[in-house]
Amino acid sequence: MTGPLDGGPGGRDRKGQPASPRIPGPRQAADDMAPGRHERTLPPEPRDQSEDRAANRDRDRDQSENRAANRDREREDRSAAQATDRDQSHDQDRVRAQSQDQSEAQGRDQDQGRAQGRDRSEGPDRGQGPDRGQGPDRGQGPDEPSASAGKLPHSVLASLLGAWALAACSAEETALVEDHLTECAPCADEALRLRDAVGLLHTDRSLDLDPLLRSRVLESCLGRRPARIPVPAWSAPYDAETARLDALLRDIGDGEWHAPVRLRWFEEERPVSRRTTVAGVIDHLMTVDGLVAGALGLDDPLGDGAPDDPTDRTEIHWRTAKSPPTRAVHEPWREQSHALIRTVSFAGRGVAELSVSYGDFFALPLRDALLDRAFECWVHGTDIAEAVDYPYEPPSGAHLHRMVDLAARVLPSAIATRRRNGLAGPARDLVTAGSPGRSLRLEVEGAGGGSWYIALDSPAALGSPERSVGQVALDAVEFCQLVAGHVTPEEAAAGQDGDREAIRDVLSAAASMSRL
Amino acid sequence: MAKDTPPRWDRRMQQRLARGEAAALGELYDRFAPLVHSLANRVLDDSDAADRVTREVFAHVWDNPGTYDPKQGSMRSWVAGITRRTAIRRFRQTEAAAYEANGEGTAEELAELEEKIRRASAAARADYIVGSMPAPLWAALELAYFRRRNYRQAAADLGVTEDEARRRLRLGLQLLSTAGTHAADGTSPPGNGRSL
Repeated sequence: MTGPLDGGPGGRDRKGQPASPRIPGPRQAADDMAPGRHERTLPPEPRDQSEDRAANRDRDRDQSENRAANRDREREDRSAAQATDRDQSHDQDRVRAQSQDQSEAQGRDQDQGRAQGRDRSEGPDRGQGPDRGQGPDRGQGPDEPSASAGKLPHSVLASLLGAWALAACSAEETALVEDHLTECAPCADEALRLRDAVGLLHTDRSLDLDPLLRSRVLESCLGRRPARIPVPAWSAPYDAETARLDALLRDIGDGEWHAPVRLRWFEEERPVSRRTTVAGVIDHLMTVDGLVAGALGLDDPLGDGAPDDPTDRTEIHWRTAKSPPTRAVHEPWREQSHALIRTVSFAGRGVAELSVSYGDFFALPLRDALLDRAFECWVHGTDIAEAVDYPYEPPSGAHLHRMVDLAARVLPSAIATRRRNGLAGPARDLVTAGSPGRSLRLEVEGAGGGSWYIALDSPAALGSPERSVGQVALDAVEFCQLVAGHVTPEEAAAGQDGDREAIRDVLSAAASMSRL
Repeated sequence: MAKDTPPRWDRRMQQRLARGEAAALGELYDRFAPLVHSLANRVLDDSDAADRVTREVFAHVWDNPGTYDPKQGSMRSWVAGITRRTAIRRFRQTEAAAYEANGEGTAEELAELEEKIRRASAAARADYIVGSMPAPLWAALELAYFRRRNYRQAAADLGVTEDEARRRLRLGLQLLSTAGTHAADGTSPPGNGRSL
């Protein structure tokens, strides 16, 4: 969010444009997809009798094949939930659950008991990567030398039992094993046990883990035994947002790390975008988080002497990378964010005001810098979630409120920067520093909302209700989208009232705070 | 799963928890909450109940970090063990309460209850076994089951012979199958005790 206020007289302009402070920008609205999340997958059911297992496998296969479709449906749920209410999307879930039941029933009819089915239920690689859907046709392939012999020795057949139970051998081997089972009791017995064991496989995926559970669990622990070394309250949004993104990342497959992501922001008064991948986005987050790490005396991932400007940092990092980033960026990113939290916990109270430089003309105190990083983490988490069709909600209302507040506090400087560059109307009434100045009331609605008075003529003036010249109202998430450069100032304003020029200046300044 | 955390991480985490570092609790949650929640959910088949178990398990770990003994195994399997016991206990309570609410349980119903508990325990034990299974076995199972690789492809991926891939798949499933038997925790699994 509050990106570098690298404007200012003689400030570095990107392409000759006035630079201005940035603010974080999230995008998708929010309380949309909650209902869907909990029903996305059904774990394989260990409790079924073995006769049903093959049918289950089939159903599971259907599920995995339908997963992409399910995700699409979920997105529909999401927008539906936006438009209507939660009950309706619950209904949709119910319908979906029914249709799964149907496909389960069909599966049962179709296939009796052959271990042929591929039963991957919920692969960790739900991502399935580039070759998703085609499913390497294992087991069916043109076959293998060993099978042509017609009869295999007992030891070989026995050694195949595991692969057979997993449907991981060729069709001919499968047939040979199954022939063998009719005449060898010990193998038949083991085969049954191993096939049952397959039904016990599943992963500990975090999919049905409610992201809000984390804070509830931590709070309840800390309520019982207070921490001797607490995490400062001002770093809570960063802690929560990095944890949410981490959970998403752990849930996606190798291939999805290369899914294209389009990063969008505002530059030169218009929306611009840039393509990268999921891994590229994490790289970007880590690179900019590195600014804060450096300020705290931790290792800067870019090494010593790296620039402070967030965009420069990312550009340099992307340009000098030897190969495209992969999921290998996950751990370093996570370790750095954990290290940041740990470090501020131990650092004592004064650290909140430590100045973090974002370049030559802009700095934020650490507490705000970390809030800005939380904002960016959410915004880019949403970019990633969109790229891999994953539900992602906005931050909690309390955290969202702080992000909006940070943007509101930076707005007067952003307006001033634009004014210096001839992009905002002239200052009409300069007052002495700290006195109430001409202001616009920013009415932010929804969870995380509130009222702010934005000083129009000088960052030194106080925003004040008495000197309000107008009002603009918009939803909290939408305001953040504006600040992130994901919607235009024209699109953003829901309700306006009063001085048009002031409203335009404030909305444009908000958009100008976005950056790569 | 079966992701080995280095013993050093485990010991350090224990120290950090013991000295009351809230950031360590967050890291612990990030690492193990998916395991705890999915394990509990598998036993209880109820997401809200799994949430409550998750809360109980982390509260226990936070309150009693000193009871973890690195010599007995990884922190991961310690946490999984606490989860298993907590979830089974809760399952017993809710099921028993449900039977009681329906009046006197017939012998048949009680047998059914026991069977349910047995299956829930098997599910939990299976997760536990997977969590502590030797990494090479798990890697083979993961390729075959979750990534749909046949054993020849799995062998190539793992850089081992096809014989070895077959052996690992079979051995892995044999280990897992002990979850379903009552003797699970006592007897050695089949597989001829060959080491990896």
